Amino acid sequence: MTILPDFLRDSAKKVRTTRETRLAKRQRGETFERFSLSDRRALIREYHPDFREDGHRPLAMGASRDLIVPTELANLLEAWPRPKIASLCEERATLPPPDMATDILVIGGGGAGCAAAITAAEAGARVMMTTKLRLGDSNTVMAEGGMQVADHECDSPAQHFLDVMGGGHFTSDPALVETLVMDGPGVLRWLEDLGMLFDKYPTGRMKVRHGGGTSRKRLHASGDVTGLEMMRVLADRAACLDTITVQPFHPAVELLTDDNGRAAGAILEEIPSGTLRVVHAKAVILATGGFGRLHLQGFPTSNHYGATADGLVMAYRAGLPLRDLKDCQYHPTGVVYPEKLAGLLLTEKFRGLGAQILNRHGDEFVFSLEPRDVTTAAIIRECGEFANGVRLPGGETGVWLDIPMIDYIHGRGTIEREFPGRFKEYLRMGLDIRQVPLLAYPTLHYQNGGVVIWQDGKTDMPGLYACGEVTGGIHGHNRLMGNALLEILVFGRRAGVAAARFAASSGEARNPGIGHLEPFLEELAAMSVPRERIAPRLLPGYGRVPHY
Amino acid sequence: MARPTKTPASIIIHYDEHRLEVPAGRTILTALEAAGVRLVRGVGCRGGVCGACSVLFRVPSRSHDLSAGLMCQEIVQNGMEILPLPYVPQRKVRHDLELAEDETAAFHVLHLYPEVNNCIMCKECVRVCPMKIDVMGYVGMIKQGDLKAAARESFTCIGCQLCVARCPSSISQPNAALAARRWYGRHMEPKAEHLEKMREKIDSGHYAPIMRRLRLLDAEKFQALYQRREMEPDDAPPGTWLPDDRCML
Repeated sequence: MTILPDFLRDSAKKVRTTRETRLAKRQRGETFERFSLSDRRALIREYHPDFREDGHRPLAMGASRDLIVPTELANLLEAWPRPKIASLCEERATLPPPDMATDILVIGGGGAGCAAAITAAEAGARVMMTTKLRLGDSNTVMAEGGMQVADHECDSPAQHFLDVMGGGHFTSDPALVETLVMDGPGVLRWLEDLGMLFDKYPTGRMKVRHGGGTSRKRLHASGDVTGLEMMRVLADRAACLDTITVQPFHPAVELLTDDNGRAAGAILEEIPSGTLRVVHAKAVILATGGFGRLHLQGFPTSNHYGATADGLVMAYRAGLPLRDLKDCQYHPTGVVYPEKLAGLLLTEKFRGLGAQILNRHGDEFVFSLEPRDVTTAAIIRECGEFANGVRLPGGETGVWLDIPMIDYIHGRGTIEREFPGRFKEYLRMGLDIRQVPLLAYPTLHYQNGGVVIWQDGKTDMPGLYACGEVTGGIHGHNRLMGNALLEILVFGRRAGVAAARFAASSGEARNPGIGHLEPFLEELAAMSVPRERIAPRLLPGYGRVPHY
Repeated sequence: MARPTKTPASIIIHYDEHRLEVPAGRTILTALEAAGVRLVRGVGCRGGVCGACSVLFRVPSRSHDLSAGLMCQEIVQNGMEILPLPYVPQRKVRHDLELAEDETAAFHVLHLYPEVNNCIMCKECVRVCPMKIDVMGYVGMIKQGDLKAAARESFTCIGCQLCVARCPSSISQPNAALAARRWYGRHMEPKAEHLEKMREKIDSGHYAPIMRRLRLLDAEKFQALYQRREMEPDDAPPGTWLPDDRCML
């Protein structure tokens, strides 16, 4: 028996009261009215955090000067190198001889990095993976909802293309999106062959569901631990290949370039010792993930500990252009109550199966499966201007996610079966999600933009490839649920193939070094950027300053 | 959206020989951070799915038990003594999922991790598992060759390795379970036929002209097409519903 605290009980009761009516409405096939395209735009412009002027500023220097990005990120992109690198620059010292050499250096050990490493190794290259934390510590492991692939009879890559383009407000790079959707079924088949388990019918047919912004049921899941299942399978495959070596706790802090302006490796900084290690490589794959742990505008985040934008910093210093970084994804339903899980996700799969978003009166105020930015803006409006949010004693507000509704729609046992991980987790905290709704508010979830890439993961620098959340262009201004897990595999695999081909044909780099930093540092000095502004940050500052 | 911080009552925990005063009601992880501890190892997703922040602890005033959990999930208690366990040496066998003709997947997994046969059924793994998985149960299923059952029982395993640390028979349970799931998935789980058909359809070049047509549409027509999308009904039985307009298929 679950008991909610006093301050939530009355409002939760209203949710229960309105449930029958909402259920009847649903059974009649009626849904809350969807916004038109123009209403969507107006709502987002007015209420989405991306459009708060005080949260952004244009970049003052570099390859994407004048690009508007979150202030926290701008301050990292226009920052001095870490102290040991800075002293290497000042002394104009020649770099120490390499500690390690490899064909391909993969920076990042999440899903994109592993997919790239596996593919490159299978193509015959020697691969070194260097990761900030352990292999597999990433946002991939945290993805719960699923992966979009157009594989059923009523669906097609073209239909998927339409959904991705529209979900991103027609701002994506069509060539990248075409690659994403056309490679999808091949990637899913690859996962099947790696022994990854999906929710299936006994015939082998994939179970699929709708996600926000999809016109076909195309989300493939592994219970509610899709990312965990994917990550442990990929990491296991990488660990089983003897041409892949892994350097855990060695974040890269600077790229190496050679005399011809080609990528030639990286400098790693072991944590916590701070020892520098130089790695020479014939090709480099950047798979460092996103920036959630920068806590843009003070938002909580669903991201893992290492999501601090290191890859963007290194790439920008090396002269690579960025795109769409103003546009962040705030997942509509991050946990508000229970407080100790604040910021973590309540996966969209809950809404895919029928959980509705309700205000403190127990009423719907937005169709639950609008694209994420639309839902987020609607929740912020409901809690802010309309003052219909549920308020906690600490001042936080949230809206209800009526999870018990799922069992009402699909029958008892559905919640337990579809969300085994979350169900157990909340039960341990004394919350039976079959009976009580949970309180949610948008949480910083995903970096939509990033380094500009081509269809094979190539960047503007020869020998440098990028894949995963660190890149931009695929999702435009807004990503649909289930396209990130697809993206990391499609472009991770393509980057792996292309980098292996480049490494095999390009020979050794000439004089790898950090010469590319010189003009960058001059510009920093000319702009009088304060010396204490240092990047990459590697880890958030928790433990030094109190945080919420 | 700055969150106003309350000042809850503080309690004492013992970490790495240090006596720390921390706010009550926090997880071990955020309590340590509030006390100024900056963690590098032993922290990952902070959401209970990556298994990086395993911890052994004892609360002398409560019981004599040595307990186990995740630092991002476990709430601090007064007098708690904690030992983070960021790494446990484990046995991991390389394999390539290739099956010889006269073998079964179940046999092969047993061959990779024969130590599952040494289980003495002490149930310590079950006691310490933060995911409440019947670890000993799935070890038994692997032993008996029932990979399907082992895959299902071990499915929410986050690889925190607490069971490995405590196993008197030196079994690396999560690695054996991972092998069981992958060998089951590759060799025994029925493959999705519709997926293979779609892949062949793509490889045959069927969608190339459709994609080209889409990419050539002007913005207005493309957006109109998006607005007109037919929605697959939520309750359509799998593989039965088809849209009226099939030009995109």
